Amino acid sequence: MRHILSILIENEAGALSRVAGLFSARAYNIESLSVAPTEDPTLSRMTIVTTGSDDVIEQITKQLNKLIEVVKVIDLNESDHIERELMLIKVRATGKDREEMKRMADIFRGRIIDVTEKTYTIELTGTGDKLNAFIEALDRTVILETVRTGASGIGRGERILKI
Amino acid sequence: MELSGAEIVVRCLQEEGVEYVFGYPGGAVLEIYDAIFKQDAFKHVLVRHEQAAVHAADAYSRSSNKVGVALVTSGPGATNAITGIATAYMDSIPLIVISGQVPTPAIGLDAFQEVDMVGCTRPCVKHNILVKDINDLAAAIKKAFYIATTGRPGPVVIDIPKDVTLKKAEFNYPTSVTMRSYTPITKGHPGQIKKAVNLLLDAKRPLVYIGGGAVLSNASTQVTELVRALGLPCTNTLMGLGAYPGSDRQNLGMLGMHGNYEANLAMQYCDVLIAIGARFDDRVVSVPSHFLSSPKKIIHIDIDPSSIAKRVKVDIPIVGNVRDVLDEMLNLLKQTTERPDPKALDAWWQQINEWRAPNSLFFQNSDEVIKPQFVVQTLYELTGGNAIITSDVGQHQMWAAQYYKFDRPRQWINSGGLGTMGVGLPYAMGAKLANPDADVCCITGEASIQMNIQELSTAKQYHTPVKIISLNNRYLGMVRQWQEFFYGNRYSESYMDALPDFVKLAEAYGHVGMRIEKPADVEGALREALAMKDRLVFMDFLTDQTENVFPMVQNGKGLNQMDLPPHMRNLQQVAATKERDYGNLS
Repeated sequence: MRHILSILIENEAGALSRVAGLFSARAYNIESLSVAPTEDPTLSRMTIVTTGSDDVIEQITKQLNKLIEVVKVIDLNESDHIERELMLIKVRATGKDREEMKRMADIFRGRIIDVTEKTYTIELTGTGDKLNAFIEALDRTVILETVRTGASGIGRGERILKI
Repeated sequence: MELSGAEIVVRCLQEEGVEYVFGYPGGAVLEIYDAIFKQDAFKHVLVRHEQAAVHAADAYSRSSNKVGVALVTSGPGATNAITGIATAYMDSIPLIVISGQVPTPAIGLDAFQEVDMVGCTRPCVKHNILVKDINDLAAAIKKAFYIATTGRPGPVVIDIPKDVTLKKAEFNYPTSVTMRSYTPITKGHPGQIKKAVNLLLDAKRPLVYIGGGAVLSNASTQVTELVRALGLPCTNTLMGLGAYPGSDRQNLGMLGMHGNYEANLAMQYCDVLIAIGARFDDRVVSVPSHFLSSPKKIIHIDIDPSSIAKRVKVDIPIVGNVRDVLDEMLNLLKQTTERPDPKALDAWWQQINEWRAPNSLFFQNSDEVIKPQFVVQTLYELTGGNAIITSDVGQHQMWAAQYYKFDRPRQWINSGGLGTMGVGLPYAMGAKLANPDADVCCITGEASIQMNIQELSTAKQYHTPVKIISLNNRYLGMVRQWQEFFYGNRYSESYMDALPDFVKLAEAYGHVGMRIEKPADVEGALREALAMKDRLVFMDFLTDQTENVFPMVQNGKGLNQMDLPPHMRNLQQVAATKERDYGNLS
């Protein structure tokens, strides 16, 4: 099953490679990983999307907790959560396609953030599924380039991850 | 007062009460070596290979319950240390390894003798640190000692660039460490402990399964008290030897791949199992599904939450220091007069004694050729069971574990987790330095000993008069055994051709060498060697080339499906019948 793990980790050099190394050394899978400092610059927050049985996820969580720099780990799947990915997608936009592309971006609540005579660059956020749906909705030949972040996630409502 | 980085390192080690540092100098650590030269609070032992430095520091720790310290230079010095670090990591030994690094401006430029030590050791350390700023040095060393010795112990690597050892800073050694990200749990959950006690009291076929954690947390007294108070049978892992007296009737001996018949069957058919600092390793339970095919309730005490439910699901997990948890359990037992049903326990003991009767460790001794088991047994008798025994890895390791009965913890020093050949001699040196008055014997094989034989030179220089007992069968014995069992006797590269004359070799290093070829000479030779208190004696026992280690649980089989020694082969059916009986009981 797909799980989304949220990790608070000391913002130190090498901390990320410890986490990544743990996954590769124990043959766990990382589907996506995103990390950045939090409002407290000494702490980073990491969101890891991974797959595995409940036993595997339990081991991953325990092993992550064993890393000295890891402050806290939660599995966002245990309760309601929100997750977002960011995609920047550069598309060919000429002639009558230009209007069509603008409409598509609007439907998906994307924003056009860069315009040239022949291209649009669209910023789109949402779940991975939504971003996939946008790609599916376009004619493949108009896509010039895509770049996506990993998922970031946060618990709904009162649930917080803090020290 | 301002001190150089090198002086800070030395002062920190002094503050930690370090007695010995095992190491090898080189360019990146010359400043530290210079600072060591100018002090005499601790001694430095110059090994002949960095791997041995780490092993010796490791055994110093295992045999004394202090922290082992090793010091190596950058690049090849550091990479040579990695086998030792991984060995200590697998067996959870508190160890500090200080490695030199190229100067900070050169890091990342493929400088001479540069290696990314933090990267190289990441998978096999509890933690590692590259200290780039002299102002962080003292705090980093304090933290390293704290991390190495608390929670589940383990090796910590401190990588120090050469320029950091040269720069100067005010020396302030922190008195305590607090880390928001590292707060190991020691006390077990009271509710879980209570449940565990009740489960034990209700048990009809209980078993105590003791692992290395009981040794590491110094819980031997508590384990012994628990086992005796409830009249329980117990078994131990290879790493748990000595945590409960090996010669005691309630001890069924070692379990697992080369465990005793009675220990393995008790493990398979018990109804309540309490695992104490043991992790259900694959060498112990083989395949979990086989092990769990006879239903049982499992209590698991371990300081490392990730060891619990890693291979085997447990009913009552207790995270905590083994000693603290057992203290709590014993307290609860003192408050109640309730005890396990004596009738059921009696029946269980009768069953166990029936399994014990054929003596699965019996071996047919010979007048013609030296049986390796006989050598270990004789050594046990002559040393009164009091020696510190180190072993290498292979058949001789299993015979040492089976035929030497360890009554005390920290008396048995071996590489259980990583199974590192070549540990035996450096282990013996480390143990001898920590216990100068003890008889320290290294039980090894002609192949294992050659993996770090250069340390005979270190043993000479630092006068560590250990006894090397080489069970020389001119084969990689365990490899040969597996080739016999699984590869149709195709002895691919398991034969040790062109062996050196070990007697001359020992003499060349300034030691005493002996070759023993006849069973009749075994006792006399051991006696003579043990009497030479101040000499290292290398005993080359030419042993039976065909002898195999029994019992044996083959990979993929259950603990009740052992390959038994020749005198017990007709018993295979008995085990199968018992399984049906217990199937009805549960």
